[in-house]
Amino acid sequence: MTILELSQLEIRYPHDEFHLNVPSLQVESREKVALIGPSGSGKTSLMNVIAGIMLPEAGEVHFDGIKVNALSDSERRQFRLSRIGFIFQDFGLINYLSALDNILHTYRINPALQFKKSVIERAHSLAASLGVSSLLHKFPHTLSQGEKQRLAICRALLTQPQLILADEATGNLDPANKNKILEKLFSAVDEHNATLVVVTHDHALLSHFDRTIHMDDLTGRARSHA
Amino acid sequence: MTLPVEPDLMHSLYIAWQYLRFNRFKTLTIIACITVILSLPFILKLLVDEAELQLRSRATSTPLLIGELGSNMDLVLSSLYFTDDAPAALSMDLNQQILETGLAQVVPLYRRFNVGGFPIVGTSIDYFSFRKSGFASGRAFLYLSDCVLGAEIAEKLGLKVGDNVFSSSENLFDLAGNYPLKMTVVGILEMSHSADDLGVFVDLKTSWIIAGLGHGHVDLKTIKDSTVMLQRDTSTIRANAKLMQYNEVTMDNRTSFHFHGDMQGYPLSAIIVDPDNDRAAALLKGRFIGDDVRQQIVNPANVIDVLLERIFQIKKLVDGVTLLITLVALLALGLVFAISMRLRESELDTLFKLGCIRGAIARLLLAEITLVMIASSAFSASFIAIIWPYRGFITRLLIFQ
Repeated sequence: MTILELSQLEIRYPHDEFHLNVPSLQVESREKVALIGPSGSGKTSLMNVIAGIMLPEAGEVHFDGIKVNALSDSERRQFRLSRIGFIFQDFGLINYLSALDNILHTYRINPALQFKKSVIERAHSLAASLGVSSLLHKFPHTLSQGEKQRLAICRALLTQPQLILADEATGNLDPANKNKILEKLFSAVDEHNATLVVVTHDHALLSHFDRTIHMDDLTGRARSHA
Repeated sequence: MTLPVEPDLMHSLYIAWQYLRFNRFKTLTIIACITVILSLPFILKLLVDEAELQLRSRATSTPLLIGELGSNMDLVLSSLYFTDDAPAALSMDLNQQILETGLAQVVPLYRRFNVGGFPIVGTSIDYFSFRKSGFASGRAFLYLSDCVLGAEIAEKLGLKVGDNVFSSSENLFDLAGNYPLKMTVVGILEMSHSADDLGVFVDLKTSWIIAGLGHGHVDLKTIKDSTVMLQRDTSTIRANAKLMQYNEVTMDNRTSFHFHGDMQGYPLSAIIVDPDNDRAAALLKGRFIGDDVRQQIVNPANVIDVLLERIFQIKKLVDGVTLLITLVALLALGLVFAISMRLRESELDTLFKLGCIRGAIARLLLAEITLVMIASSAFSASFIAIIWPYRGFITRLLIFQ
C-alpha cells in the first residue's frame, strides 16, 4: 500500500535560484528507502516538504491519505509530532537538557502526547538498545558526535512514528555502529509498521535498503557522479 | 494525587528551570539586575520616610532651642541629633536667667567630646524626663564620671552597667588639651530609635572636667616635691602643670575634684526650652530680638521642615535618576533577551521542526521569564525584610554619622 506520494512537486526558496522538481515519488508502507544524491541536490529540502516543515511551491504531498501541504501551520506541526520521527543532520539536541530530557523532549512540549511513566521506561529501553544508557545524565556538549546521533535517534523513535525521516543518520558513526543503527532503525520500522526514508552518502549501506532513489533519477536530471 | 498546576505548565517550568540552571551565570546576573531595579525604589522610600519620621519627631518634641547666633540648621543638628561638636557660645548664666523667668523649663546641653566616635552629651538629669527616656538597666547619673549610654552604643560596644569607657582625646599632640577621663556606665537607655541611642550622657560637671575646667588632684599641702610648686606660703599654695591630675573619679578621690572660677560662666552649647504656653514662648522669643543679641532661639520643627523640603527635592532628583537607570537597565535586559533568542535560534528551529506549537514555544519562554521574576521578587522582598528592622539605624548612620 502506498503510504507516501508526491506528485508534480516544485520546491523553491524565496530569493534563491534553487529549484527542485519532483514529478512523482511513491513509497510503500513499511518500505525502507535510501535517498542519495550530490550535495545541494535538494535531499534535505525534500525531507522538509514531506514532513510539512516547509510548503512546496506547487504539487501535492500525501501521507496516509492526508494531504500534508493543505494542512494549516498548526495542523502540520501536530502532524509532525504525532506521525513523523525526524532525525536531523545536526542532531538538534538541546544543550541545556540532559540526554534523557532530550529524548523525552517531544513529550514535554506536546500537550497531545501523554507523558506517562511508560514513556520514561520506553526512553530507557531505547537508550539501552542504542548503547547510550550510561550517558542519560550527561549533557550534549560532553558527548561525542556518534553518541549525539544515537540520542537523536532515540528521540525520533520514542513517539513510535509512522514515518521516520533520517537525514544522514549514520554519517558520524564507525562501520560497526552504522550497521547497529541501521539495524535498530529497521527493527523500529518493522516493530511499529513504520516507513523509513534515509538520506545517506554512504553507498556501502545501500544494499540494506529495500530501494535506493537517486535525486537525479527523481528529478529527471542527468545523474551526476558527486 | 492531583497536581496543583496543569502538567503542560509543569513541563514548561521544568524545561525553563533547566535552561536557567544551565546558564546560571547569565541567570544570576539578570536576577541581580532585576532585584536591584525592584528593591532600590522601595529601600530609598523606606529610608527617606524613616529619616522624615526621625527628624520630625525629634524636632516636634523640642519646642524651642537656644544657641549661638548663626546657622539654625547647625544648631538644631548638633543639639538634637548630636552630629558635630557645637560651639560653646552660651553659659550657665543664660540658662539660669531663662529658668528664673518662670516661663519655661530648661535643659542645658554641652555637646563636645566623644567616646570612640560616639558623642558625649553633657546635660542635666532633667534631660531624661524631658525626653521621656526609659532605662533598660541601671539609673541616671548621680556622681561625677557617671555616664548613661544609649541602647545602640551599649549593644555595639558590648557594654553593661558597671563597665568603663574613656573619653577620646581631642588632639593627641596637644599636651595642654583635655585628657581622657575614665567614666563608669551606670545606666543604659531603652531603644528609642533616635539620636539618643548613639549618645553618651553625662552630668554637665563631668563634661566640664573632660574640658579641663574642673579637676581632681592630691591635697597640695601634702606634696613634698618642690618642683611641682609655683608658690607656697602661709596663705597660698599654687602648683604648676607638673601636678598630676586624676583621670578617674573614685570613691576615694571624689571629694578632691573641684572647679575654678564662677560656674555661672561655664560653657553650654545649647539650651532646650520647654515654655509653659504659647504666650511664654512668644515672650521668650522676644528676648532674642535685637542687633546686640549674640544668641538665637529657634523652633526646631520649622528648621527641620526646611531640611526635609530640601531632602524631598533631592529625592525627586534621585527618583528621576533611578527611573532613568531603571529604563536603561530594562532596555539592556531586553537586549540580552533579544540576543539570547538569536543565540537560541537553532533550538527554536528544532522545536518548530519537531512540531511544537507556537503557544508551547511562547509558554516555554514565558516560563523562563516567570521564574526569573519570581526569584528576583523573592530576593527583593528578602532584601527589604532584612533592612526593615535596621532602617532606623541605617538612617541615623547615613544622616547623623
